[in-house]
Amino acid sequence: MSDVLEVDVAVVGGGIVGCAVARELAGRDVSVALVEARGDVGDATSKANTAILHTGFDAVPGSLESRLVARGYALLSAYAEQAGIPVERTGALLVAWDDEQLDALPGLRAKAEKNGYTRTRLVGADEVYARVPALGPGALGGLEVPDESIVCSWTAALAYATEAVHRGAHLLLRHRVSAIEVGPARTLLTTDRGAVSARWVVNAAGMGADVLDRMLGFDRFTVVPRRGELIVFDKLARPLAPTIVLPVPSSLGKGVLVSPTVYGNVMLGPTAEDLDDRSDTSTSEQGLSSLLEKGRRIMPSLLDEEVTTTYAGLRASTEHSDYVVDVDAGMRYVLLGGIRSTGLTASMALAEHVVGLMESAGEPLAERPGLPPVPRMPMIGEAFPRPYADAARIAADPEYGRVVCFCERATAGEIRDALYSTIPPTDLDGLRRRTRALMGRCQGFFCGAEVARLLEDGGR
Amino acid sequence: MTADVRADVVVVGGGPAGLTAAADLARTCRVVVLDREQQAGGIPRHSDHPGYGLRDLRRVLSGPEYARRLVAAAQDAGADVRTGWTVTGWAGERTLEVTSPAGRLTATGGAVVLATGARERARPARLVAGDRPAGVLTTGQLQQLVHLQHRSPGTRAVVVGSELVSWSAVLTLREAGCRTVLMTTDRPYGEAYAGLRMPASAGLRVPLLTRARVARVVGREQVEAVELEEVGTGRRRTVECDVVVFTGGWIPDHELVRLGGLDLDPATLGPRVDPALRTSSDGVFAAGNLVHPVDTADVCALDGRHVAAAVRRWLEAPRQPGAGVELAAEPPLRWVAPSVWRPGEPGPARGRLLLWPEERVLAPVLVAVQGGRQVGRVRLPWPAVPGRVLRVPSSLVSGVRADAGPVRIALG
Repeated sequence: MSDVLEVDVAVVGGGIVGCAVARELAGRDVSVALVEARGDVGDATSKANTAILHTGFDAVPGSLESRLVARGYALLSAYAEQAGIPVERTGALLVAWDDEQLDALPGLRAKAEKNGYTRTRLVGADEVYARVPALGPGALGGLEVPDESIVCSWTAALAYATEAVHRGAHLLLRHRVSAIEVGPARTLLTTDRGAVSARWVVNAAGMGADVLDRMLGFDRFTVVPRRGELIVFDKLARPLAPTIVLPVPSSLGKGVLVSPTVYGNVMLGPTAEDLDDRSDTSTSEQGLSSLLEKGRRIMPSLLDEEVTTTYAGLRASTEHSDYVVDVDAGMRYVLLGGIRSTGLTASMALAEHVVGLMESAGEPLAERPGLPPVPRMPMIGEAFPRPYADAARIAADPEYGRVVCFCERATAGEIRDALYSTIPPTDLDGLRRRTRALMGRCQGFFCGAEVARLLEDGGR
Repeated sequence: MTADVRADVVVVGGGPAGLTAAADLARTCRVVVLDREQQAGGIPRHSDHPGYGLRDLRRVLSGPEYARRLVAAAQDAGADVRTGWTVTGWAGERTLEVTSPAGRLTATGGAVVLATGARERARPARLVAGDRPAGVLTTGQLQQLVHLQHRSPGTRAVVVGSELVSWSAVLTLREAGCRTVLMTTDRPYGEAYAGLRMPASAGLRVPLLTRARVARVVGREQVEAVELEEVGTGRRRTVECDVVVFTGGWIPDHELVRLGGLDLDPATLGPRVDPALRTSSDGVFAAGNLVHPVDTADVCALDGRHVAAAVRRWLEAPRQPGAGVELAAEPPLRWVAPSVWRPGEPGPARGRLLLWPEERVLAPVLVAVQGGRQVGRVRLPWPAVPGRVLRVPSSLVSGVRADAGPVRIALG
């Protein structure tokens, strides 16, 4: 028997939610292990999010999701400023393209008010076009949601996990949980790389949350992987999309959005398609062609721009309309299931909620004094000063003046920093998420080989 | 704080066009070449096979040897070639923003020559569906991997495209011990093979599948196969491989053109230029594959020589001429460069208009039509071949008038 790691709380799942929970708990009087099956944090559902920081204006009023999204918006907005997570308050504009959608706008405004969000505004067609001149013909009106924002979901997950580790949490990557045994005082989690013994288990396993829940003897929900495909357009397209252009949900389905990204691109998507395979993140011919068809109507000139990348993400949808969150005091077990794409916004509120649930179950979670400062993450947002453009920084360390990825202006200094960070990348994808290297329009035509070499040689 | 750079001419891009322009100009003025790579030389640096230098240096060299000679020629002439200097935008008229290990600074020239070249469209830009495994490359990436980093790409490759560059990819794969199991093109025939000036080409036996497109890439971690679809019938087949190289599909690296608000040619997606390679911006010139994506390296180099003369004239008397006459190509010709004509002025580099044909024509006849009237006609003794620039004597448009509107260039 290999060694067993003993902790007070094991958080299973290193996505955005699990990382937020681990960070929160690690700041309290308990020891924490963050147990992740994959080789990096935020590497599954979290990395292929539409990366919108939601006000929660369109949530189901009265739901847990509504409450936690609103609270999470405030918490993450504040945290982002401290940690250097890129956020841009671009606002959003729901655009109505037919009478049914136009008629639905006042109802959406009323719904927003029920969700406690009072700053929406109905606007006429002329104002819609004034706001987004590149929209295709036929827009009849819109609803403005000025506080919807775009955010970097990767940096958020990485910041949480980094701070969790700084606070003493054990980060166990490549530890896939294969069995769980609940004892009277401790629960034993068997993974493919040794076991973890914990008094409490928090299930934040995302796409696998129902499987883990069943391992613990429950049968209360099933995760259906819902694939969302996205097309990312070149940065030169960014002026076309000054704000998030949202569809109005109607009898024809949800439609797709056109959104700026914090990296300075424009995103078109997502599709919505229920799959059987929980690991299938391939794009499909039908998906991409349907996006192009919809995009052509929403913003015809966007389609003249070059495509930088396409990708697909899986959302953890369930048969329930709300998050599936519960605590079992006897088993010392918290379930965070069915956290769909709003989980990015709600992440810190979910963490706070977990603390409340555990405390109500009799677990004292006193805040620890003398916590380390919030980590300052490498800035990869386009709207913020980045090292390549920072004269003082280059003067102090010329490696920040050595641009490796020309399209994204990622420098050798940033790549080195990532490789020596608290949670270093283990592969090219991880390095890309941390530095933007390889993310750009040439997709490695110029720098692919050099970036791969730097990863192997430790950034030298 | 490092001082900002001032020179008579700032050349952006140290490939064949930029270096040749710099070598020529440096004989009479102060020239700085800014190249973002660690070594200047451009694409030929990593195209390690013969076929370079024929038209400009009158000899046949390997890509890396050709690149070294161009760098040496520019430096010997007195040009200041700065590598690892990345131009990120414009700070003013003929003033560029630069990031370099020496600092964040500006570079200002009496004239600016943009010679940033072109890149191949990567797989996402071609909207090929499927998984996103390792092993999906462009020729540029493959050649850097093999020739600059000395890494192995894999063992079984499918090469998508059958242009000159596609054969360049096959050569590189072979040298790296990777077999090309299939070359595929959506066209009805393979291209460019006949025109390949590579001694090694005789030994290349690669199965070619025509009228097929890549429908899907299969493989979670590493490429396992590609799914091909026959154009027209929709019939599918799967070919096992661990490397896919997407070749050709060129797009100019036009970021500075667009950021600077220079007129963009909607057909080439490069800057609109006249026969002297002037852009729409005063004192800003463009040369090489940024202007015609893509012709061979030696043609780019001769562009460089041509633009040097125009730059010199500008430095002596900085006058930007008026609008000029617009040239536009008609399908199956995709683009023409230059796309601005100036009656009465000297002709383009090598006295040739460059066109990009999308269909094969054995002995093409080209016509120029202005205001509904045919103003020129040329029969070529060489074929039009997709994937290769069609070079046409500019006498085709010598009858164009300054006041009779735009000119269409079509197959007759």
